[in-house]
Amino acid sequence: MSDATQSSQGAGRVVLPPVDVYEDKAGITVVVDMPGVGRDGLAISVDGETLSIEGRVDLPGAPGMDLVHAEVRALHYRRSFALSRELAADRIDALLKDGVLRLSIPKREEARPHRVRVRTA
Amino acid sequence: MIGRFPPFYGDFYDQLSRMQREMEQMLGAGAPAASLRAGGASRFPAVNLGVTPESVEVYAFLPGVDAQGLELAVHQGLLVIAGERPPTHPEGATDVYQQERFSGAFRRTVSLPEDVDPEGIEATYRDGILHVRAPKRAAVQPRRVQVK
Repeated sequence: MSDATQSSQGAGRVVLPPVDVYEDKAGITVVVDMPGVGRDGLAISVDGETLSIEGRVDLPGAPGMDLVHAEVRALHYRRSFALSRELAADRIDALLKDGVLRLSIPKREEARPHRVRVRTA
Repeated sequence: MIGRFPPFYGDFYDQLSRMQREMEQMLGAGAPAASLRAGGASRFPAVNLGVTPESVEVYAFLPGVDAQGLELAVHQGLLVIAGERPPTHPEGATDVYQQERFSGAFRRTVSLPEDVDPEGIEATYRDGILHVRAPKRAAVQPRRVQVK
């Protein structure tokens, strides 16, 4: 799996969320920080071999509030990845909790490592 | 008369606008949205600060922490947000391809203006954002004076 993220320059304030990517025997796990995003603001799609994650919510604020210091200017996250063929894109599991998205992308059965049993004759 | 010596902790809003200018310089105009990660681990969590006539509102972008384990303290006008975010390494992972997310202990300090009431501070955690609301003392809130 390779990072196919495009530069977000000129596309408004789009945040490239930090990710962790791990692989184990069963598949690949992608963990994405998207603070502020709930289920309604999240869209995950697979188009061909591209997995796209997008989350968009309004900046938190109170009525009549002046933002006097802002390290975060927008909560519009976008990131995409190229999926390699051994991954089962149709069986991706997504879990969103406390602003962290965890995607489990299983490997296709035939792509999982397996032992070859040696028979003795 | 000699000009007034600038107080050490300066005016709260001056400090804030200076920090904001510095941030902007660091990022440059229209910088790609690397802002969440700018400055590395010490910048976790990123913080926004707003004021209303009645309160000071602090938002800490703190995804994936256990709200019960958060340490939130107010001392001498400083709000301290501290805690720990464990790494999310799944067991038996054979390869780590990217590890951009912050993990470990964090601590951030936000100076609150003098006019807030430390007793009235409330905090909520939702969708990975910690919101701390510090009400201003009643005496300093704008009040309408009725003309008789």
